[in-house]
Amino acid sequence: MKVSAIITLKKDVLDPQGKVIQQALDGMGFENISEVRQGKYFEIDVNENDPSKAKAVVEDMCKKLLANLVIENFKIIETQ
Amino acid sequence: MKSSVITFPGSNCDRDMDVALKKFGFNNKMVWHDDNELPKSDLVVLPGGFSYGDYLRCGSMASKSRIMQSVINFAKSGGLVMGICNGFQILVETGLVPGVLLRNKYLEFICKNVFVKLDNKENVYFKNLNKDILEFHIAHNEGNYFCTKDQLKEIKDNNQIAIYYCDKEGKIEDQYNPNGSIKNIAGIFNKEKNVLGMMPHPERMIDQSLSGEDGSIFFKNLINNIK
Repeated sequence: MKVSAIITLKKDVLDPQGKVIQQALDGMGFENISEVRQGKYFEIDVNENDPSKAKAVVEDMCKKLLANLVIENFKIIETQ
Repeated sequence: MKSSVITFPGSNCDRDMDVALKKFGFNNKMVWHDDNELPKSDLVVLPGGFSYGDYLRCGSMASKSRIMQSVINFAKSGGLVMGICNGFQILVETGLVPGVLLRNKYLEFICKNVFVKLDNKENVYFKNLNKDILEFHIAHNEGNYFCTKDQLKEIKDNNQIAIYYCDKEGKIEDQYNPNGSIKNIAGIFNKEKNVLGMMPHPERMIDQSLSGEDGSIFFKNLINNIK
């Protein structure tokens, strides 16, 4: 079963890359942007058929390695 | 005095650290990241470099490597563990020291000499040092120290800030902050002060003809303090 996780920076953490991307977009004519925040996306194929069990495994991975909870939040977004 | 330097895939300051430690009297051993056990050591050093290619987050993969469980146990039992640059990034990922190291504020790799001011000499690393301001070298892309407000209060209350970026007179101001670190922080202790993580490289300052001598002052003092 495929489980996806999105890692995003917490609100009060500076994201200089997001800021530069926003400036570039602004320079390209995309002027309606108030903020860009960059994050990470993981697609993990878990050998597990039970969706809740598969999600629990990925949640554990996020807590232990994929995210640093001092600066990042994670969201398990979909299962297939 | 016995020391161990851990080599991870991608470490590139491990040999410099080996040379520095031996120069000032340590009997140093190089330890591979995949080993299970630490040799008997008075000091363990996590060196600079790009362990695991800085994949995921700098230091995150190295913090889970096999030897690190022994290093963590060693630190928790009071052993001296020092992380320099990527070693500091590994330390924050293990949770042995608080906070994280973010990408430099202006998104540039910084490679230059800086001055740092010692905040606290009540610890084995800086006790008896006759200087308060040292000139070290930095070379990093992710040295922007960050922690939560609560963590900042805690590290201040416990005197855990080891060194600040400053000018040669010791002034700690924004303009001398190379990477955007919160409060100009360049290095941090754990609560017990046996674990030190810092971005600057003392091992690059051990020869007057190459760079400077403030690293020599640091290492000579350190070995005397450990004896």
